[in-house]
Amino acid sequence: MNAPAYNFAYLDEQTKRMIRRAILKAIAIPGYQVPFASREMPMPYGWGTGGVQVTAAILGPHDVLKVIDQGADDTTNAVSIRKFFAKTAGIRTTTATCDATVIQTRHRIPETRLSEGQIIVYQVPIPEPLRFLEPRETETRRMHALSDYGLMHLKLYEDIARHGHIATTYAYPVSVDAHYVMDPSPIPKFDNPKMDDCPALQLFGAGREKRIYAVPPYTRVVSLDFEDHPFKPERHDGSCALCGAADSFLDEVITDDHGGRMFVCSDTDYCEQRRRRGEGPPTPVAEGSEA
Amino acid sequence: MYVAVKGGECAIENAHRLLAHERRGDRSIPDITVQQITEQLAHAVDRVMAEGSLYDRELAALAVKQARGDLIEAIFLLRAFRATLPRFGATEPVDTAAMQVRRRISATFKDLPGGQLLGPTFDYTHRLLETPSADPPPPATAAPSPEPMPRVTDLLLADGLIEPAPPGDPETPVGDLTREPLTFPADRDVRLQNLARGDEGFLLALGYSTQRGYGRTHPFAGEIRMGEVELEFFAEEAGFALPLGSVTVTECQMITQFKGTAAAAPCFTRGYGLVFGHCERKAMSMALVDRALRADELGEQAKAPAQDAEFVLSHSDNVQATGFVEHLKLPHYVDFQAELGLIRRLRATFAAAPEKDASERQEAAE
Repeated sequence: MNAPAYNFAYLDEQTKRMIRRAILKAIAIPGYQVPFASREMPMPYGWGTGGVQVTAAILGPHDVLKVIDQGADDTTNAVSIRKFFAKTAGIRTTTATCDATVIQTRHRIPETRLSEGQIIVYQVPIPEPLRFLEPRETETRRMHALSDYGLMHLKLYEDIARHGHIATTYAYPVSVDAHYVMDPSPIPKFDNPKMDDCPALQLFGAGREKRIYAVPPYTRVVSLDFEDHPFKPERHDGSCALCGAADSFLDEVITDDHGGRMFVCSDTDYCEQRRRRGEGPPTPVAEGSEA
Repeated sequence: MYVAVKGGECAIENAHRLLAHERRGDRSIPDITVQQITEQLAHAVDRVMAEGSLYDRELAALAVKQARGDLIEAIFLLRAFRATLPRFGATEPVDTAAMQVRRRISATFKDLPGGQLLGPTFDYTHRLLETPSADPPPPATAAPSPEPMPRVTDLLLADGLIEPAPPGDPETPVGDLTREPLTFPADRDVRLQNLARGDEGFLLALGYSTQRGYGRTHPFAGEIRMGEVELEFFAEEAGFALPLGSVTVTECQMITQFKGTAAAAPCFTRGYGLVFGHCERKAMSMALVDRALRADELGEQAKAPAQDAEFVLSHSDNVQATGFVEHLKLPHYVDFQAELGLIRRLRATFAAAPEKDASERQEAAE
């Protein structure tokens, strides 16, 4: 058996055209979930097949690709997807946010502000923001068509009644261009404000659920809230133990079994750039101490 | 001092190298061949072809070998390969009445034209664990019967006792889930395609649930037949249908409870199952679930899981299901960190609350 020869960026041109049509429609109707005939990819559903298909459909030979998972370029799945495109498209890859033309991401938006001409591709597990309130697709499509989002506001209100504030910390729903309520994918709500008025094109791919949606550049993206309970992006109150950043989203790292922990930037590129510029922790961090 | 986790690439390569080593097993034992799998693990190959939606015994056997016998993994391998293949069109509908039958049984008639033909079956074997003979006696043979083998449902239809199968419409192309996303409500062609690709275990459990009262349909196995059918493809250039070859399929026609109205006399209804290869359990389960999913069409109240098309069709695909369940293995540091922040805040609020509220809260929590 001969090894089959694959097309540039793996997908055949017919499939790419089908995906591009879905992407164009998605851009034309910001926040609307466009069904598309998602293909079986050589990586499992739920592992970024939607993002991979979108990336494969938009990549050109001169693109420079960055892939992150949890903000990091070196997490195993990010490595695997970056290798996939390096192999099937032979394109240049990078870890530097500012050098990339296409950034595929899972669960984070880079700390470095995106710029015009860049495209960020989000991997989306469950594209339907109303899914956990209403499991039926027939119902949720109707609710979107009518902008019937009372159920979502009720859920947020119940959170406040029960916990004193909205108890959603990631995949925090947003309203796009004052119409569709959209799932921003499971990014921490700390990242939500970065979606608003973003100069880069934002594309979202859900492979298993067969949906593509988009936020065109400079589009209004508002996190849902109430006047008396305004949206607040949240992060751990502290600074990175490696670069001293006090404005980045931090990952907690357990350093020993005596409760020792430290906090470091989840965006590895941001952290490295800062350290390269000579930034460091504000005060020396003692081993195992709480940062 | 903590340093950011590096070396993911190297770890992945080493893991794959280890996998290849373990897949091979003890190197003093001969490497299993693809031909051995095709010949001796035929049901595994059939299942992989059926749920992988690709009829190729050799590739399916290769997938079984590569997946170390993990059939869902093998199905996934075959599906991913299939997704890259060009599509020329659809074959002409297969005529299962013209099947070269290797097995044919009916549970509804003791004898019928063409007779009962047990064929190679586990039925009536005693499940006593023993080493299969490496050189079993040759099978008994008989002259092929010239008698045609009409489908049981066609015999019932002649008396008007069963609803007719919906007529085919050559002008309307059948749906294809691999080219168009699934939408609801889904028509029966798409539902059947979904079930034919669906996970055997999932369909088995759903079919079983209808027998236990969750969407009961009073089924009878009208007929199960397994054998080879000819495939033909209509070639525009040639202007006629060209033979492509033959495939082994298993077909099950369930005869199920009546429908009838004031205007139409009651008659039996149908549930249909058709699967690549010899996959009898799957074909039967599929027929039960197909019938259950017709609840709306037949004016039955749909309240059981097997009757709920959105539920069944959205969760039947084991490649999708395994991917999403297993994606929980991927890092979720970021969302977990966000949740950690929230729970710490909630606990701090709880601890800061005045002592006298504690007993009330305790009650509320219970």
